[in-house]
Amino acid sequence: MGMTIVEKILARASGAAKVSPGDMVVVDVDCVVLYDGNFFSFGKAGTRDVLKIKDPDRVVVIFDHEVPAPTAQAAALQDGGRAFVKQFGIKRFHDVGRSGICHAVVADNAYALPGSVLVASDSHTCSAGAFNCAARGVAGPDIMFALATGQTWFKVGETIRYDLNGRLPRGVSMKDVFLHIAGTFGAHATQNVEFGGSGLPYLSINARRTMTTMGAELSAEFATFEADDVLIDYVKQRNQAPFEPQAPDADAKYKDRRAIDLSRIEPLVALPDAVINNSVPVGQVAGTVIQQAFIGSCANGTLDDLAAAASVVAGRQVAPGVRLIVTPATQAIYLRALKAGYVETLMEAGAVVTNATCGACFGGHMGLLGPGETCLTSSTRNFKGRMGDPSARIYMASPATVAASALAGTITHPGEFFQGDAS
Amino acid sequence: MITGRVWKFGDNINTDLMIPNHVLHAPEEEQLKAVFSANRPGWVDEVQKGDILIAGHNFGMGSARAGARSLRNVGLACMVAESLNGLHLRNSVNYGFVALECEGVSTAFSEGDIAEISLEDFTIRNKTTGVTLKASPVPERLLTLMQNGGTFPLLEAEGYVSPVRPPKIGGGHK
Repeated sequence: MGMTIVEKILARASGAAKVSPGDMVVVDVDCVVLYDGNFFSFGKAGTRDVLKIKDPDRVVVIFDHEVPAPTAQAAALQDGGRAFVKQFGIKRFHDVGRSGICHAVVADNAYALPGSVLVASDSHTCSAGAFNCAARGVAGPDIMFALATGQTWFKVGETIRYDLNGRLPRGVSMKDVFLHIAGTFGAHATQNVEFGGSGLPYLSINARRTMTTMGAELSAEFATFEADDVLIDYVKQRNQAPFEPQAPDADAKYKDRRAIDLSRIEPLVALPDAVINNSVPVGQVAGTVIQQAFIGSCANGTLDDLAAAASVVAGRQVAPGVRLIVTPATQAIYLRALKAGYVETLMEAGAVVTNATCGACFGGHMGLLGPGETCLTSSTRNFKGRMGDPSARIYMASPATVAASALAGTITHPGEFFQGDAS
Repeated sequence: MITGRVWKFGDNINTDLMIPNHVLHAPEEEQLKAVFSANRPGWVDEVQKGDILIAGHNFGMGSARAGARSLRNVGLACMVAESLNGLHLRNSVNYGFVALECEGVSTAFSEGDIAEISLEDFTIRNKTTGVTLKASPVPERLLTLMQNGGTFPLLEAEGYVSPVRPPKIGGGHK
């Protein structure tokens, strides 16, 4: 019996001819990504310092969660991060102003290579699975272990294969496909998810990243796409390092194989507090009054997302009583959106366009919710209390649905507003 | 053998319930006071050292924040769920907290029952009802870390990380 994509990557990285579900493997890590949160431990009483690094050239440091620093504590700890970068000679360092959400910076620069292993101690690290990479979030001490030894461990899970066939209708995005999968199939704890299918050529890298990033919300171990020409070209334009993509074997063993007809997906909304088995068509909650609309995060702060939002709000105004907050995922995306006119369109409609940061998505800064408020977000997570007060209600939808709802002041189907192409 | 009183939790218990945002950057002893404050206020005052948490599917979904460390710090001896989020499992290994997966465990126990758990053969016995289940075996390497303080002692012994920095004189929170 053959292997899935992740099994093949883990076999290569562990030096084994074959790995199977249930195996515990120790692998060489190709890329270790650190973010500002990792430096909460450096140089602080009650914590520890890293003393040795195996290979600084396999390390990337990206400040994202709290940039620019909203507190003196965050500023002090980012200083600790800069000292770390200097001490160990880390060349790939993205400081404030050259940064963005780490998973999106990894994508911008193709630090995640097809067929490779990447770890970071943020749950949405699986984002890099769009690059045919075995990427996953690990624990903070795992990062120190990977820095020190160049290795980490994985428990190999069973794989669910999703074949994405056909093309998305206009105004429907991969966020809606994710909400369909989470709503229909629920949690995937202990399992990998693998994506391919005849619709792949029509899905941008950004769209694929939305799906793999949200793999964390499925509780998947790894979320990995097949490599195709779209991906290979994207990577080669950004990273000259050699790589070897991994395709699943024809006789790969899957726990289940599920076909998704993209042409039948409709805009969906996740109800507050969870995305697992919690999605409904927009119509079911249409009219729900919102105070905040948020477009951003590692999942939905891409140029495609900003383009979709700009297309919806062009020439219109955000409803009174609604705050539309838009956070491009990286400084580079922000600049491209600026040059393309999206930022101007969004601001003319009354949106606040923030600098690139994890910001409001994790309730860190720049757009928290007060008691009893309702938010429609296109970010990653709608847990109770995630974006501020625990009594706030967080619904989740695509950037187009969020933008349309910001105009209406209530949760609204994007169909009547959407003016762009599907992505 | 671990024997303790059972606390029951449902499916999809997330990391933000274990470490809410308002204590995200707080010291561990502050973080532990906020465990489950949104979904089960007052629980941290009732839980006793040596108690056992039993939960449903997909326990620990969500972020990389070290919820397992807080569960250890409130005094739980271990936890058993129908299934664990992989990152929660990693945090359990890394911070030295025994976390097991066992099919059927959420229906086999009621709150207040006494559980008896063997880490040799991974049997989970309800001493109150007599029902016995079998948990998924944990690879030896991971179980050793869960039982011996996690990854840091290992890294420290190898000279990869420094010992814990002592609190500064006159500073800190103690």
